[in-house]
Amino acid sequence: MSKLKTALMAGIASVALAGTAQAEITNNVVKIGVLDDMSGVYADLAGEGSVLAARMAVEDAGGSVAGSPIEVISADHQNKADIAANVARQWIDTDQVDVVVDVGNSAAALAVQEVTETKGKVHLNSTAATTALTNEKCSPTGVHWTYDTYALANGTGKALVEQGAKKWFFITADYAFGHSLEENTSKAVKSAGGEVVGSVRAPFPNNDFSSYLLQAQGSGADVIAFANTGGDFVNALKQAQEFGITQSGQKIAGLLVFLTDVHSLGLESTKGLTITTGWYWDQDEDSRAWADRFAERNGGKRPTMVQAGVYSAVSHYLKAIAAIESDEGKPVVDQMKQTPINDMFAKNGKIREDGRMVHDMKLVQVKTPDESKGEWDYYKILSNIPGDQAFMPLSESTCDLVKQ
Amino acid sequence: MVDILGVPMPVLMGQLLLGLINGAFYAVLSLGLALIFGLLNIINFAHGAFYMLGAFVAWLALQYLGIGYWPALIVAPLVVGVFGVIVERLLLKRLYELDHLYGLLLTFGLALVIEGTFRQLYGISGQPYQLPESLSGGINLGFMFLPKYRAWVIVASLVMCLATWLIIERTKLGALMRAATENPDLVRAFGVNVPLLVTLTYGFGVALAAFAGVLAAPIYSVNPIMGSHLIIVVFAVVVIGGMGSIMGAVVSGFMLGVFEGLTRVFWPEASSVVIFVIMAVVLMVKPAGLFGRTA
Repeated sequence: MSKLKTALMAGIASVALAGTAQAEITNNVVKIGVLDDMSGVYADLAGEGSVLAARMAVEDAGGSVAGSPIEVISADHQNKADIAANVARQWIDTDQVDVVVDVGNSAAALAVQEVTETKGKVHLNSTAATTALTNEKCSPTGVHWTYDTYALANGTGKALVEQGAKKWFFITADYAFGHSLEENTSKAVKSAGGEVVGSVRAPFPNNDFSSYLLQAQGSGADVIAFANTGGDFVNALKQAQEFGITQSGQKIAGLLVFLTDVHSLGLESTKGLTITTGWYWDQDEDSRAWADRFAERNGGKRPTMVQAGVYSAVSHYLKAIAAIESDEGKPVVDQMKQTPINDMFAKNGKIREDGRMVHDMKLVQVKTPDESKGEWDYYKILSNIPGDQAFMPLSESTCDLVKQ
Repeated sequence: MVDILGVPMPVLMGQLLLGLINGAFYAVLSLGLALIFGLLNIINFAHGAFYMLGAFVAWLALQYLGIGYWPALIVAPLVVGVFGVIVERLLLKRLYELDHLYGLLLTFGLALVIEGTFRQLYGISGQPYQLPESLSGGINLGFMFLPKYRAWVIVASLVMCLATWLIIERTKLGALMRAATENPDLVRAFGVNVPLLVTLTYGFGVALAAFAGVLAAPIYSVNPIMGSHLIIVVFAVVVIGGMGSIMGAVVSGFMLGVFEGLTRVFWPEASSVVIFVIMAVVLMVKPAGLFGRTA
């Protein structure tokens, strides 16, 4: 009888406290799972570096939150959506993972978002690019941190049209990310007064882009835009130079270029590229200090924007758990949405109801070898794109969490 | 202007030429594979890793020893070839009496180890390797801009394939190699050192892969997984040509490069699968491959 009474009391108490929390950490541990491409084309720009970033966030939070220890585990999804979904499911069902972090590759990210939503667990995405994560596939427990295809398209697309590059041709990676990037950039180009003269879809991943480059070369376009990234972008750019594309007056636009890509291609090949990025390690005092700490533990390699995003997202997540003393998915994300983000990654960042973390983006240009002071000194910042202009406005959102 | 299926002639010509260039890589790689399979009966899954090693040795030589492209074209295959000889002497030699499967498993494991090591050391995004000065720039052919380097790739591969074919088919050494495959005991009875012959063949096959790797270094990103992307396609090429057939490997290498190039014009999305579709069809119609002899 007394048991029933306690249960009833607890029930009443929890109803009374509804909306705040049940003040508990499940299994007495907060478990963070970093799920990424650890061995393929995206392994350098995210991969182990993202795991390190998550660990640093945990260490900086003191290794425990609300009296419970924090653990970080990681896995390789090999750029396959089904593997990503299976790992996420297994992590949540049997390994008590509370939050799945990073998840590069848009197809994998969308698969994970579906799993975390049904299981009521959190998905903090930094590396995937597709806007679908905060639109048709948005989730009350999903947050998209660093950038998305809309922001990239808007930044680079608009800037280049304004520089006089009106006619565009796309070489697109044939999967969710590439499609989304091409679609968004086309829109941005058209609304800025440009036109799209053609596009071709290349399989992903792909080694040889010469056929597509030849088609682009013959299209009469001012700009050949690569809607791909990582190793694919590296190959495509290398071959574009070989085929004399830049010398003949056509411009190259890399729509998603990571610091590691520039490092791999060298400044001689990349100088002058206009790039939109969510963060650059040399953007201010805080970012430099963090990047120094990161590089020290990463074999001297500076962090990419998405690795920095992982650190920022995990830190903010842990702060939210500390504030409500619970690690239950939706309440934590609700708490995250209520507090602004101020750290080495973003100033006055804010998570909207669709899960989009809105912060300032940067339009940067790759330095020439003469301008660069050494390894990893690659970008000069051209302009700051304020968050409300960088990201898709809520009025255009197709997310059903947004009240229209 | 003449159109073929809605595609202007110049575009088509350009794509055919590009197909030939890609075919050149397939040909050199599948040639080495066919050679090794023909003489050693080993399905060399580490071939892609040796190709990658060739590119990496060229890059390392440039980075740390200042050895340029032209010397690397000889040095890298030699270095990797010697590595291949060590692998054969140390490991493969123990497997000849066993089922194909063991050789396949060993070389596959070897490929994983080599790739994993380089991934650990150099990461995945690849290393920059500039075009050699004398081959940068290109020629305007009217229907396309042909980079000089790509023209060189075709020439170098053709010469390499032809030379290999001549050695195997027209020299005493080649005759001995062929005889050693047919009947090793008899050849040994004539006083020929068969194990040495086999070792050299493996080393040569591996050196061919490394040669293709150096050819690829200036145009593809030099990264640890560059070989694993290619190896599956090259296996399909060898199967289509007929396992162990040298002529088959070369001809089908170039032919499939062209097929793939054409698919990129008419149906780009299908270009990554077209070779496997062809393989399936060939296997149904002629299971021994186009140039293979039925066992």
